[in-house]
Amino acid sequence: MPNHQPVANSRFEPRITAFFCNWCTYLAADLAGTSRMKYAPNTRVIRVMCSGRIDPQFVLDAFAHGADGVLIGGCHPGDCHYQEGNYKALRRYYLLKRMLMDMGIEEDRFRLEWISAAEGDRVRTVINDMVEKVRALGPLDLRTPIPETLPEEVTV
Amino acid sequence: MPEAANPAAAENREAARVGVYVCHCGTNIAGTVDVKSVAEYAAGLPNVVVSREYKYMCSDPGQALIQQDIKEHKLNRIVVASCSPLLHEPTFRRVLDRAGINAFFLQFVNIREHVSWVHTDKEASTAKTRDLVRAAVRRVCLHKPLQKRQVPIDPRVLVVGGGIAGIHAALTMAEAGKEVFLVEREPTIGGHMAMFDKTFPTLDCAACILTPKMTSVGSHPRIKLWTYSEVVSVDGYVGNYKVTVKHKPRYVIDDLCIGCQECIAACVYKDGKTPDEFNQGLSKRKPVYLPFPQAVPQKVVIDPEACIEFKSGKCKKTCVEACGDRHAIDFKQKETFDEIEVGTIILATGFKTFDAKRYPDYGYGRYPEVYTSLEIERLINASGPTGGELTLKNGKKPQSTAIIHCVGSRDHNTNRWCSKVCCMYSLKLAHLVRERTGAEVFNFYLDMRTPGKGYEEFYDRLLDEGVHFVRGLVFEISDFAAHPSEEGKLVLRVEDTLGGFVRRVPVDMVILSVGMEPQADAQDVRRLFNISCATEGWFLERHPKLAPVSTFTEGVYIAGACQGPKDIPESVAQAGAAAAAALALIDAKTVELEPYTASIYEDECCGCKTCVPLCPYGAISFVAEKKKAAVNEVLCKGCGTCVAGCPSGSITQNFFDDAEIFEEIEGVWSHA
Repeated sequence: MPNHQPVANSRFEPRITAFFCNWCTYLAADLAGTSRMKYAPNTRVIRVMCSGRIDPQFVLDAFAHGADGVLIGGCHPGDCHYQEGNYKALRRYYLLKRMLMDMGIEEDRFRLEWISAAEGDRVRTVINDMVEKVRALGPLDLRTPIPETLPEEVTV
Repeated sequence: MPEAANPAAAENREAARVGVYVCHCGTNIAGTVDVKSVAEYAAGLPNVVVSREYKYMCSDPGQALIQQDIKEHKLNRIVVASCSPLLHEPTFRRVLDRAGINAFFLQFVNIREHVSWVHTDKEASTAKTRDLVRAAVRRVCLHKPLQKRQVPIDPRVLVVGGGIAGIHAALTMAEAGKEVFLVEREPTIGGHMAMFDKTFPTLDCAACILTPKMTSVGSHPRIKLWTYSEVVSVDGYVGNYKVTVKHKPRYVIDDLCIGCQECIAACVYKDGKTPDEFNQGLSKRKPVYLPFPQAVPQKVVIDPEACIEFKSGKCKKTCVEACGDRHAIDFKQKETFDEIEVGTIILATGFKTFDAKRYPDYGYGRYPEVYTSLEIERLINASGPTGGELTLKNGKKPQSTAIIHCVGSRDHNTNRWCSKVCCMYSLKLAHLVRERTGAEVFNFYLDMRTPGKGYEEFYDRLLDEGVHFVRGLVFEISDFAAHPSEEGKLVLRVEDTLGGFVRRVPVDMVILSVGMEPQADAQDVRRLFNISCATEGWFLERHPKLAPVSTFTEGVYIAGACQGPKDIPESVAQAGAAAAAALALIDAKTVELEPYTASIYEDECCGCKTCVPLCPYGAISFVAEKKKAAVNEVLCKGCGTCVAGCPSGSITQNFFDDAEIFEEIEGVWSHA
């Protein structure tokens, strides 16, 4: 796992891995570009054809390889270029979110947003907002050892 | 895991010889990203043989540079970091193709739209570019050779919308020998243009130039015209669309009606009682009607909301009597459906005008002498409700008329865009009102916008004709008279921004130059045809400059005002362009589809059937004999949902293989 290199006198810059679908959110990010909107440079976008392509393992892999947050961008419900891939993404998102929280990964580190090709401004606000929230949480530290015994109230 | 799923991965990585090309895009990228340092950084990455930066990678010399390097350095993988892949990925794939290596050995990195244009910090932008390039270099090593799929194109075309754009597109296609289906939801084609009196700046009459084209559509042997019909479903893909069209019941049998209109004369209603849609409600029509005299097709329609027979079933049915042995009237007609197959689709669904009631201060709907521009078009039209006489409600000619520009345009409270046509049509109306009534005409404008051939000259002409121009926003129209001279008049209060004071202008008649808006159901239509809308609701073109009539859905084109405000010449030009784009596709006979389909690793598939219901296209079937799933590549559209859903990881997607994506995920933050 790569090390976060804390730089003296500088605030923590979170690393966000983003998965954007080709037809809506990727286009929205392009629109943000052509509109010269300015947002935080903390994301790295990985293009997939549909948010339905996003395997939960991609998210886990991103967290395991340096991401402090993972953002999924897809088409609004009813707008999927492939009819319903975004609904599949939504189902997987909720399930995975619960799992991540059980693993101690805070809720704000994993986010799903519907952003249509027309919503360049939303790309900006979502990314800026997420960067601030993850910044507040600090670096993701997967190396904190898990306690050997669970707290008493939850042991069966 | 990823390596195991793709045993060739390790081997690919060994043999990969990568060339990295970082584009300056003039200063678009180089202004924010230190491209030189990125290229230097990339040169040190594993597998990278050549790394260069260049002013314009997409230019001829830029492309030649890559081609030459591929030959000279035996490169077999290419990373280009420049603009959005949606713009130039195809360009650089062709470069690879020309250089003799598989076009899919390319990975495209978007450092303009996603980096330089959205960030200001040069150091952070450069770091982000380095990360993206590194991930791309890692990913491209795993790319596999792919072939695009060839599918035949059905030469038939569907045109949706029968306004001037749809008419022109349909005629162009039909003249080129293609079979055209033209679907229009109103009972007649003609659209907004059919309502206009004259057209700017030449003042030739709209009907004189439009109706011959409408007739040609109606009689063309290769155009199947379906009016009063709507598209209800669209399936398939470029070259092979299956479209269902609903025909609403006219209660008149198309083939039997000869357009004699005797039924209209014979209707038990002596006078019309229903507001006439075509005349903007300024006249009444009967339950059985022809939208306007030059309607195409010349087939009457019965409005079930107004017809006594539909309401009570006790009408004398004088219309049926009048129709006689033609038996064209059928009160029991039901909606019918047609399924057609077409290769390309042209959308020309037009616009709607701004609802002037949204400006309560202008009193539209309260003061009878406040009209919208479209209403005035009908009132000064010789075939309109008054036969072209423009009078006040009391029958007198107006002595003074005000035309207010930008109603529902350039306003942050309603629509921010300029509707582009209002200045010119306001000038046209000013000329016509003055010509017909001799009234003093005042134009209240924010800015005069008259770019176009002969447009500015027309504006000059109006200035010479003695039409008044006041620069400023009218903020109130009322019938409150502050002076005896204002009695019985509408008083406009306006901030004259050139004079620097507030004026009171009493007039007899007010014309609101309403702007253009996307159709109310533009979002539904967009979903139906699987295209996108821009922020304001206009249909989104593939590229605002270089692909203005294409959409992100292959084989679906847009023309006319559904894409944004446009005047008639522009709509016609776009319709011609859309037809040409569709013709180019059709005449190529086949189209190449992206090879991003899914396939099953049979050895690993355990036959759990999880994937089967995941596919929205029914492309996955379960082969019972083998107890394995199988993907039908023809039906697969390449979304990859099944790949993500497979519990055993035994489905792969071309170009978006697990191993490739994992490599990218791990690459973006693996500061080497």
